[in-house]
Amino acid sequence: MAAIHDLVIRVAGESGEGIQSTGILLAQATARGGFHVITYWTVPAEIKGGHALFQVRLGDHPLHAQGDQVDILLAFNQEAYDLNTKDLREGGLLLYDSADFTPPDNGKWRQVPVPLTDIAKNQLKFELGKNVVAVGVASALFGLPTEFAEKLLRDRWQRKGEEIVQINMRALQAGIDYVEQNVPDRADYRIPAPPPRENTIVLSGAQSLSLGTLAAGANFFAGYPITPASDVMEFLASELPKTGGTVIQAEDEMASIAMCLGASYSGRKALTSSSGPGVSLMIEALGLGTMAELPFVLVDAQRAGPSTGLPTKHEQGDLYLAALGGHGEVPRIVLATTGVEDSFFQAVNAFNLAEKYQTPVILLSDTVLMMRMQAITKPDVNQVEVVDRLLYQPNGNGSSNVHPEEGGFRRYAQTDSGISPMSLPGMPGGQYTATGLEHSDTGRPRYDPLTHSRMTEKRFRKIEQAVVDAPPAERHGDPDAEIGIVTWGSTMGNVIEAVDRLAERGLKVDAIAPKMLWPLPDHQLRDFVMNKRKVIVVEVNYTGQLAQLMAARYRNDLLRLNIYGGVPFKVADIVNYVESEVAQRV
Amino acid sequence: MSDVAEGHPAEHSLDDYKSGEKPTWCPGCGDFGVLNAVYNALLAKGYSSSDVVCISGIGCSSRLPYFMSTYGFHSIHGRAMPVATGIKVGNPDLKVLAFGGDGDAFAIGAGHFVHAVRRNLDICYVIMDNNIYGLTKGQTSPTSMVGFQTKTTPGGSVDRPLNPLMLAITAGATFVARAFSGKPKELADLIVRGIDHKGFSVIDVFSPCPTFNKVNTFKAYREEVQSVPEDHDPSNMVAALDLAHSEHPLYTGLLYEKTGLPSFEEALGKLHVGDESNRRKVIDSMLARYT
Repeated sequence: MAAIHDLVIRVAGESGEGIQSTGILLAQATARGGFHVITYWTVPAEIKGGHALFQVRLGDHPLHAQGDQVDILLAFNQEAYDLNTKDLREGGLLLYDSADFTPPDNGKWRQVPVPLTDIAKNQLKFELGKNVVAVGVASALFGLPTEFAEKLLRDRWQRKGEEIVQINMRALQAGIDYVEQNVPDRADYRIPAPPPRENTIVLSGAQSLSLGTLAAGANFFAGYPITPASDVMEFLASELPKTGGTVIQAEDEMASIAMCLGASYSGRKALTSSSGPGVSLMIEALGLGTMAELPFVLVDAQRAGPSTGLPTKHEQGDLYLAALGGHGEVPRIVLATTGVEDSFFQAVNAFNLAEKYQTPVILLSDTVLMMRMQAITKPDVNQVEVVDRLLYQPNGNGSSNVHPEEGGFRRYAQTDSGISPMSLPGMPGGQYTATGLEHSDTGRPRYDPLTHSRMTEKRFRKIEQAVVDAPPAERHGDPDAEIGIVTWGSTMGNVIEAVDRLAERGLKVDAIAPKMLWPLPDHQLRDFVMNKRKVIVVEVNYTGQLAQLMAARYRNDLLRLNIYGGVPFKVADIVNYVESEVAQRV
Repeated sequence: MSDVAEGHPAEHSLDDYKSGEKPTWCPGCGDFGVLNAVYNALLAKGYSSSDVVCISGIGCSSRLPYFMSTYGFHSIHGRAMPVATGIKVGNPDLKVLAFGGDGDAFAIGAGHFVHAVRRNLDICYVIMDNNIYGLTKGQTSPTSMVGFQTKTTPGGSVDRPLNPLMLAITAGATFVARAFSGKPKELADLIVRGIDHKGFSVIDVFSPCPTFNKVNTFKAYREEVQSVPEDHDPSNMVAALDLAHSEHPLYTGLLYEKTGLPSFEEALGKLHVGDESNRRKVIDSMLARYT
């Protein structure tokens, strides 16, 4: 068999049994060994019990997707076996905890019993060490030098004392020993050790995004717990107070967003994070944010809906809500991150756009991305440029900002850009009333046709202009290809790998994922969409939300590839579609 | 951040707090009396108008910020409390007053009310209670009495009214008062005391709607209101609840006050273990942790 270059290891079992900790340890140790690593993790919506899986894909080259098929399945119990063998590739390796069950041998894959529970409980007298034994088993299979896992365990447990470190070391070694004695033929799983990677860091999408908000200068967070957005709140709750910032757990999402608007009004860089059900509750206040021209960031970690839907499952179903949701005409900026590394930078971009254009910005992430851990290049904080809102200068241009008849500060003064200097409470001479009512330059209620027309234009002028500050779109593939794929969010990772696989088979495809989804960045999308013979829009939703928004603007013969089962695309789904449905018709 | 000193009454006049915008209220509306009391209270405090923020939700009374020369935030229905929370926490130096009606505070905003109360946010919330929805032209409200006939309750309201004072006290408010728009001096005095109180102060003001409520009128209230007994001890919660519960008479004045508790923004500030200058260090240490 030819050398393999990437490997998918899935650990599956009862939620609460250490599935997650096994996967995280394995991912971190693997990354320290220089391997590229990307994880995929699903949990039941219940707290304890129910089936969970944690998948680690590792390789000697950059990875963009979670992996279509499982090469090595480590099943902690019968249910894990029943639910996961369908994803195990033919000829793959099934490891099962022989304490729990013994599967029949069906000849489709190699199977080896691993007495995880027995080793931990009886041999080591360390029942909690089952996950570390499992890490030893997995790392011995693909050939991770022991030192990396050992160093990780030491770093992790050192604070608890040498005894704890040693028992974990023994657990690791027990897993390695077991494999060396019982799985002599391991060539099929061995990946050539990659050269050491400098400057890598293993982060989840939620952590990367949260770090981005810190780098952007966020200093106020109000939120309400919801899966899969709570990780951002929990991260900032521990970190923001170290910078003098504040995190408030509000009584509901309507309060969360209203607190953010208040904080922004007083001069803070505010954000909240939520998911579909919570974002739905925030829509009225989002309109207020637009009307009162208050900068702030709303992170929508999308999950499968509608309603409570599938709370821990994946879907890209909130684009309409983000771009168009709301009463009246609400111009709004929507960004979407495509990956773990990108989440850091899009969080920065979201704040900068919000501040510059004095408007709410929605940043879309999704379940896969929030929970994905990946070995990424450490973000260079020195490269981050932080933009602050245009402020009223009490001792500078103050007098020209006073309305001749009404006498108040012209907070909403008409300007070419639509952006007006903003005063903050406490600034003498800057008094105004922020309001959700249509208003004059000074923020006083005015309902005449001229005022409403001019203020509507002002609000739209800002957002239409913001397109020039759209973050660069992500491109991958052959620019001359006649087949183009447009996608967004984490689906871009699957598309990148599909494009590469199609290229290996001699089929040229070009792909683009805009980071700004609303307003649509014409300068990035129009030529791409208009010049390809066939354009496929790939999204994890039923209605083809980006496709519909683009169809209204560019062309109406867009092809659509959609799945909506609560799981992300497999690369093969996209490859097969392009080969069978599109390629021969180009 | 502003440096709000204790204020200089002598340097200000009532006009300093007026925006010049003409109030939108009907002639005879109780809210005029409240507005005047607010002007007087601010003058008594001697604040600069740029150090004060007036926040409101939606309703007739929530228009009040437009008539002030202070900073203002006329938000959306029911959300005055969380907006005020963001502003006061965002800049604790500001003097924050919130305004609204009985619908804003106790129907759509009831959930936020109890949480603002229990957090002990250091603001003064003046509720103009007219027992009816005025801006939408006459529907029953959470403080309307049983049997109250309105356009939406032609057979009489069957909901039992909510008692704002008892709600506030039991939710943990640290300053609970009632006033009447027809007794403007007592009202202005209570607003000053509410501002001076460290923590959440709520003042429920009978502010009759002459247009849509022909039952809870100035005349009716004048016959029913009575100042709290001189020997009432506001630190006695049970006695305060007793006064709040009374329907004949309806007591005005300070019913309950608990001092010595930290305000919300003060408690949050104690969680700070660094300041803005620490930001880069925090990011770098996180990046190091995950390497």
